[in-house]
Amino acid sequence: MKIHEFQAKELLRGFGAKVPQGEVISDPAKAAEICRDYGGRCVVKAQIHAGGRGKGGGVKLASSPDEAERLAGEILGMQLVTHQTGPEGQQVRKVLIEEALEIEQELYLGVTLDRAAERPVLMASRSGGMDIEEVARTDPDAILRELIDPQLGVLPFQCRRVASGLGYSGGTARQIQAAIASVVAAYLETDASLVEINPLMVDSLGDVYTLDAKMNFDDNAMFRRREIAELRDVHEENPLEVEASKHGISYIKLDGNIGCMVNGAGLAMATMDIIKLYGAEPANFLDVGGSASQEAVESAFRIILSDASVKAVLINIFGGIARTDRIARGVVAAIDELAAADTPVEVPVVVRLEGTNVEEGREVLERADFDFIVAGGMADAAEQAVAALETQTMGA
Amino acid sequence: MSILVDRDTRLIVQGITGREGLFHAMGCRDYGTQVVGGVTPGKGGSTVEGFPVWDSVRKARDAADCNATLIFVPPPFAADAIMEAADAGVELIVCITEGIPVGDMVKVKTFLASRNSRLLGPNCPGLITPGEAKVGIMPGHIHASGNVGVISRSGTLTYEAVWQLTNEGLGQTTCVGIGGDPINGTSFIDVLSLFAADEKTEAIVLIGEIGGTAEEEAAAWIRRHLDIPVVGFIAGATAPPGRRMGHAGAIVAGGKGTAAEKKAALEAAGVLVVDSPAEMGARVAAALAS
Repeated sequence: MKIHEFQAKELLRGFGAKVPQGEVISDPAKAAEICRDYGGRCVVKAQIHAGGRGKGGGVKLASSPDEAERLAGEILGMQLVTHQTGPEGQQVRKVLIEEALEIEQELYLGVTLDRAAERPVLMASRSGGMDIEEVARTDPDAILRELIDPQLGVLPFQCRRVASGLGYSGGTARQIQAAIASVVAAYLETDASLVEINPLMVDSLGDVYTLDAKMNFDDNAMFRRREIAELRDVHEENPLEVEASKHGISYIKLDGNIGCMVNGAGLAMATMDIIKLYGAEPANFLDVGGSASQEAVESAFRIILSDASVKAVLINIFGGIARTDRIARGVVAAIDELAAADTPVEVPVVVRLEGTNVEEGREVLERADFDFIVAGGMADAAEQAVAALETQTMGA
Repeated sequence: MSILVDRDTRLIVQGITGREGLFHAMGCRDYGTQVVGGVTPGKGGSTVEGFPVWDSVRKARDAADCNATLIFVPPPFAADAIMEAADAGVELIVCITEGIPVGDMVKVKTFLASRNSRLLGPNCPGLITPGEAKVGIMPGHIHASGNVGVISRSGTLTYEAVWQLTNEGLGQTTCVGIGGDPINGTSFIDVLSLFAADEKTEAIVLIGEIGGTAEEEAAAWIRRHLDIPVVGFIAGATAPPGRRMGHAGAIVAGGKGTAAEKKAALEAAGVLVVDSPAEMGARVAAALAS
């Protein structure tokens, strides 16, 4: 789960980070007065979950209250396009009006999981404001790393080592150490999967501020982090993915034309891969759950078919514990239900069932009123789906 | 021969009075596994479907001398269940539960470092030695006893591979699902080294997926230590970066963990990587025939 910059800053402030004064608004008329409070200069920052907001024109400096109001009016409501939003962009519903500070140096601070070490890792660098991945690629030695003990948190000597490694001493170093302690505490105590301050800014007086902040969270831990879960903004998520998650279905929309319905995440990825191998593109990742119940199949059909670019559907189910004949009956019943609800399935459906009672399963599909294309193995299924797609697009 | 589980495995099920736990306890017993009972705190002293139930793993171990446990405890309590089993000294802990917070697993791994238990999973289908013992949720009947070892981060994709092998007339020594989470108890390398020491295993199928560097580490190990054929497949070549593909661990982050990188690392180590998941079985057959 992701949250907005202003929410991340609010959380980090609670863990002791020094954050610039700021206020979130959705009405541009309020920008001028806030700007006046901050001495007539401020920064207007679009609040969307995607990164790269500055380059996309979503972050602007205002040198007067009038300009603040004008810029807020321009940014609010715009479709902000960044390298992370896709070409359609993301609508801006809120802007953060923040006091403008004089930047002397930009640093990077981040905490995430080091999968190989199986512990959190603190990363810091003097290349603030840049993508840390970019720094890791071009100058990996520029990143300082400290593994964090999950029980002890970050230790004072580690904070001192990093501050000194970044080239600071005295009061500024102490402020950097405090910032480090706050990001690590925020990571450990909110079940975050990523906390980034980028940049952590040092001004001309040597004071240290959290200029931009990003926090992502472990979805699996949100049951015990109600206050974090409430920060979720579904406007920022794909509506189909939100709908799917309500039905316990794992769905990710992609750009192709063949809708996929598969049981199990690994098999679902493998099904997407084999579609590509046969010359077409998958329209989605979809894991319908291990047992592929009738209800799940029905919801999955609704979700896949609400994507207008889907021209054919491939169902690939390995019936393990759940027998394939029962799964086949569920698929047929789901199709019947959709027809009865006046939302009939009108694209070709290729079904590949494998596992227990597979012969009976195929018979159920052959006997159904709906004209399923019944496939043998995974390769046959992909081939048939691509062929069905070609017939569809030629007919269109 | 086989690895990790066999006829002598004495299994308990943690969470045995739950729907999933009981269903699969019976499934394992039907397959022939010695399921000696189960644990549900607060329900000790009762029996379900002929299985004795204890309040704690320690009591189960004292009473039934179990050497393996299969965990179906819900995510909020699963980390505790794993640590309880390790504290009781159970040699093999298999955790099926999906959705354990990563922060909990970080703590579990620290706890296990000073204990002698092996954890498999979480978020895995378990493992099976065909004809001897099934400790997991996989359909037993698709397996056959034979000479191919199978290791995978996935569930149904593993069944797919096993089904292809069995249809090629190739049985399996042991099939091990290590799980789809970012932190797991047993790595590819752990299982590879067990297969390397197993005389009966003549070929290995390794099924990886995007995210992390476990496949790259496995590749480096294979290059140095293995001289039997390894057939590989990496799921997720078409997955978009930055998105979690169902499994918590299946994510390309910061340009790292792509299928292409993993495939290249495995191929450089001599692994026969297939592009099509439909060709895993046939590739093993060809490798063993040559």
